[in-house]
Amino acid sequence: MGGHSDIVLIDKNGIRLDGRKADELRPIKIEAGVLKRADGSAYVVWGNNMVLAAVYGPREAHPRHVQNSNRAIVQAKYNMAAFSVGDRKRPGPDRRSVEISKIISEALEAVTMTELFPRATIDVYMEVLQANAGTRCAAITAASVAMADAGIPMRGLVTGCAAGKAGDKVILDLGQEEDNFGQADVPLAIVPRTGEVVLLQMDGHLTQEEFDEAFRLATEAAVNVVYPLQVEALKRKYAGSTEDIEEGITNGGLANSVINETPSEVNADEIVEELASREEKVALEDMDDGKQGGEQ
Amino acid sequence: MSNDVLSDIKRMHIMTLLESGKRIDGRGFEERRKIELMPNFVPRAEGSARLKLGDTDVLAGIKMDIGTPFPDTPDSGVMTTNAELIPMASPFFESGPPRPEAIELSRVVDRGIRESQTVDMGKLCITPGEEVWIMFIDIHTLDYDGNLFDAASLAALAALKGTTVPAAKFGKGEDYALPVEHLPIASTFVKIGDKILLDPNYEEQQVANARLTITFDENGDLRAMQKGIGGGFTSEEVKYMMEVAKRTSREVMDELF
Repeated sequence: MGGHSDIVLIDKNGIRLDGRKADELRPIKIEAGVLKRADGSAYVVWGNNMVLAAVYGPREAHPRHVQNSNRAIVQAKYNMAAFSVGDRKRPGPDRRSVEISKIISEALEAVTMTELFPRATIDVYMEVLQANAGTRCAAITAASVAMADAGIPMRGLVTGCAAGKAGDKVILDLGQEEDNFGQADVPLAIVPRTGEVVLLQMDGHLTQEEFDEAFRLATEAAVNVVYPLQVEALKRKYAGSTEDIEEGITNGGLANSVINETPSEVNADEIVEELASREEKVALEDMDDGKQGGEQ
Repeated sequence: MSNDVLSDIKRMHIMTLLESGKRIDGRGFEERRKIELMPNFVPRAEGSARLKLGDTDVLAGIKMDIGTPFPDTPDSGVMTTNAELIPMASPFFESGPPRPEAIELSRVVDRGIRESQTVDMGKLCITPGEEVWIMFIDIHTLDYDGNLFDAASLAALAALKGTTVPAAKFGKGEDYALPVEHLPIASTFVKIGDKILLDPNYEEQQVANARLTITFDENGDLRAMQKGIGGGFTSEEVKYMMEVAKRTSREVMDELF
């Protein structure tokens, strides 16, 4: 925020630099289960952002003093690849990524049934392969899909989205120029199932009315657009077909038909599916095949 | 990596199969896993490539910057290679400063590219003694199923092949393609018992008692080698691996470049 320039971020017709309208998201693609070694994984392409998330756990927390004897801890790590940004970023954590890791850990912990796994850790790794404004929202969106893919019991998925202000107008999902030369940015994450806001940041300058508008834009986009994509990605991996899902979205809307099951049932289903597909694999393939089925 | 475990049953299984001439994933002893190359995977980088060697998945990215040359090579660009074994890729990789495994990987990839003069570093000089291009090769390991040396070297090479020197951005004339002159291909072998296997997967690597990486260029000339893990090879075995590496690296070259 705060940079000023002569760039016209929004033209007189209300169209933004990349051709979007004020309340339009960039194109988003979500894929679940993209890595072999990880217990769960997801890949999110959000405009020009590319984020990969992997989950390990629940597993023993090290060193011992970080363990909580009553519940599991969620340790999320947000990291940017050296080549993900304009000028090469020095590898390793900086103050920004430590902060983002902390708030994402807390947001994910809010939905995780940590009480089921005392002393354990659920490790979530988010790698930004290419950055183009809005990486933390893309990262947390990928992370919660990866957690569901890993079969971590959760009260709901977490969905990230940002809104802000640029060119004196409140807009959804800021792009790179809008982020650099705009007036405000409000990244947030919501649990669409419950409506809880689990991550919220703001920087820049907004009136209260503008904030209300930004908040509304971001939460509505998260719930109505991004969340169905997360659900669809998971169903595509575990159900093998997206027909039913698409029908659900267009006919009944999100609230009553996309995900009627409780989250624990979703996880149970996933596990059943996973086990079934493994049994098939074992039955179909030569026993000499080297895939370790029980790695999870 | 060192505290990684493999069950005794699995270990026995691998050994027994090898005795009867089979590998656990059904490949021949001199057969590489399938290579899947996604060039220019990260458009914002000056060059990049994601490469899957079986289930091993690596992403290499190239960034270019302007800096001062080393005093002993005033008219030559500078290259640095860095490999990250990020915890995403394996339950046994940890975050923190690079461990010896990551440093060895960086150096083996670096050596293959540097010693074969893959990139004509003379063409990366802007003003002798003052300004040259610094070329950063960063390798991100996304999924680890063995043989990072070959996967990372290939990804780095593929990324270099598609790299554009961003001269216009720095006001140094027009952008131009990075001058890639050679194609060094690394071939890694392990020895399990008295059997020698090309391109070990994760489990084979766990059982192995010796490892050798051999890099050949497009002329069939030797460019780099690296021996690893405790055990040894006989000189006949080294000769055999040289032969296989020379032949199969040519196949990889024809397939990818």
